[in-house]
Amino acid sequence: MNRFEVVTPADVEHASAMIAKPNCAAIAGGVDVLDLQKLGVTRTATLVNLKPLAAMNGIDEKPGGDLRLGALVKLHEVAEHPVIRKRFSAISDAARQAATPQIRNLGTVGGNLLQRPRCWYFRNPLTNCLKKGGDRCFSVGGLNRYHAIFGGGPSFIVHPSNLAPALVAFGASAHIVGPGGVRTVELEKFFALPSVDPHRENDLKAGEIITEIIVPAPARGARSIYIEAREKQSFDWPLVSVAAVIVANGKTVSQARIVMGAVAPIPWRVPDAERTLAGMAPSEENARAAAKIAIKNAAPLPDNGYKVKIAEVLVRRAILGAASEAATASDQT
Amino acid sequence: MKSDKPKKSHKAALSRRSFLKGAALTSAGAMAAVASLSHLKPAHADAPMPAGAVERLGPGPAPIELKINGEVKRLSVEPRVTLLRALREHLGMTGTKLVCDRGACGACTVLMDGRTVTSCMVLAVDARGREIVTIEGLGNPARMHPVQAAFVVADAMQCGFCTPGMVMSIAAALKRNPKAGEDEIRQSVAGNICRCGTYPHVFAAALNTARGFGAGKGNA
Repeated sequence: MNRFEVVTPADVEHASAMIAKPNCAAIAGGVDVLDLQKLGVTRTATLVNLKPLAAMNGIDEKPGGDLRLGALVKLHEVAEHPVIRKRFSAISDAARQAATPQIRNLGTVGGNLLQRPRCWYFRNPLTNCLKKGGDRCFSVGGLNRYHAIFGGGPSFIVHPSNLAPALVAFGASAHIVGPGGVRTVELEKFFALPSVDPHRENDLKAGEIITEIIVPAPARGARSIYIEAREKQSFDWPLVSVAAVIVANGKTVSQARIVMGAVAPIPWRVPDAERTLAGMAPSEENARAAAKIAIKNAAPLPDNGYKVKIAEVLVRRAILGAASEAATASDQT
Repeated sequence: MKSDKPKKSHKAALSRRSFLKGAALTSAGAMAAVASLSHLKPAHADAPMPAGAVERLGPGPAPIELKINGEVKRLSVEPRVTLLRALREHLGMTGTKLVCDRGACGACTVLMDGRTVTSCMVLAVDARGREIVTIEGLGNPARMHPVQAAFVVADAMQCGFCTPGMVMSIAAALKRNPKAGEDEIRQSVAGNICRCGTYPHVFAAALNTARGFGAGKGNA
């Protein structure tokens, strides 16, 4: 690992000004930042330590029912928090299935959303791939079993965050502090396809820092679920994950939001599938039909066609899983 | 199965262990000597940061204090030095193992404020002010922690590289829930990889500890 200095800023604004400078980057939990430094994929000279910034920490339930997650909140806190488990269970499920116990004790919400892709060409310091300023994506014509089946091109990475699909399914927004001031952006619009810019996975500008995530209060009768398929059960990155938030009134679905992870360079929402469910009973048959629609635009690479089938099955299971809970909740309320 | 295995000679195990430990300490000593060249002023604790102040450490060595196994240790490290390397190479505490150095294998697991972390992904400077517990702080051959004793009884190791990390993860899980069942035990070591495949014995050791037997027998 290259030598670097660690600077502790007084506040978020100071941190933002510092990381806007070349060869500076923010560090919080440090899991991905140190991994990339050790690999030599990055050789940042100054790391700006966000950990002591208390304003970026904490989990709060707002009076209106919104959830505020400080960007420095650790994944284990998200996984264990009683309010999140009860009202936003897809988010706690996603956090609980991320990485390992040891990493969940270090990794933060902000870091999970901003971690760089797991693509083996991107992480190999010997390849100058498209994402690192090179002229080609080596997954094209290379080994691509874990790569994108939706939204690929010119880069075919998949977004590695577990929390992102769950947060997008809940319509969460990020508060961002930067040199230009403060802004709030819906996470669905925050993540950016490689066709926009292959060098980054989101809309974070130089010097900008995510300070907190706001998850709006779910509608009455809403239930959520996050499930994933992996090669290794103890811990692994998902081959495909699905987050679903389903609102049911009586026996019909009034609203559904379905977001897949690990299938595209961004969390991949499937509005067509969501629309087919609206006004319908959350039956096995309707879930099966919606799942077919969810995968209809899949464009797999030579090695990853298997992910299309997994995605279809997981979408169906997620709909049925969330809907059965939503129906129960709706009966009770 | 168990009785088919040739019993490892205690003496042979010790001499192999002391050889490795001696070799590690020698290299740790050499590193400490190099580090001390730029470590001319006495180490001191960093004062608590007044509001608005900015701390800048490195890239050269900075004197820090770490609280490890209840003892304050003074050392001088570059900010890029991980807690794992600080333990092994600066403090000669080689019980915590370096294997993948990427937070993926769990061999370097220590407790930080009571929670397991991969010490290879923690900067030593970020461990300041935290309570660190390593395998050395959990117990020693004469006074084993119940989990360590249960590992001996259940023969829950082969090459031993994953063992300190496994023990730390299980000790932390059982501290939180002393009656943890197999699912919870499996979850607790989900981040600890054993390439010898000793998992069944590891789970048995953990469950024996949770059920309150196996503890202490390793001392006999």
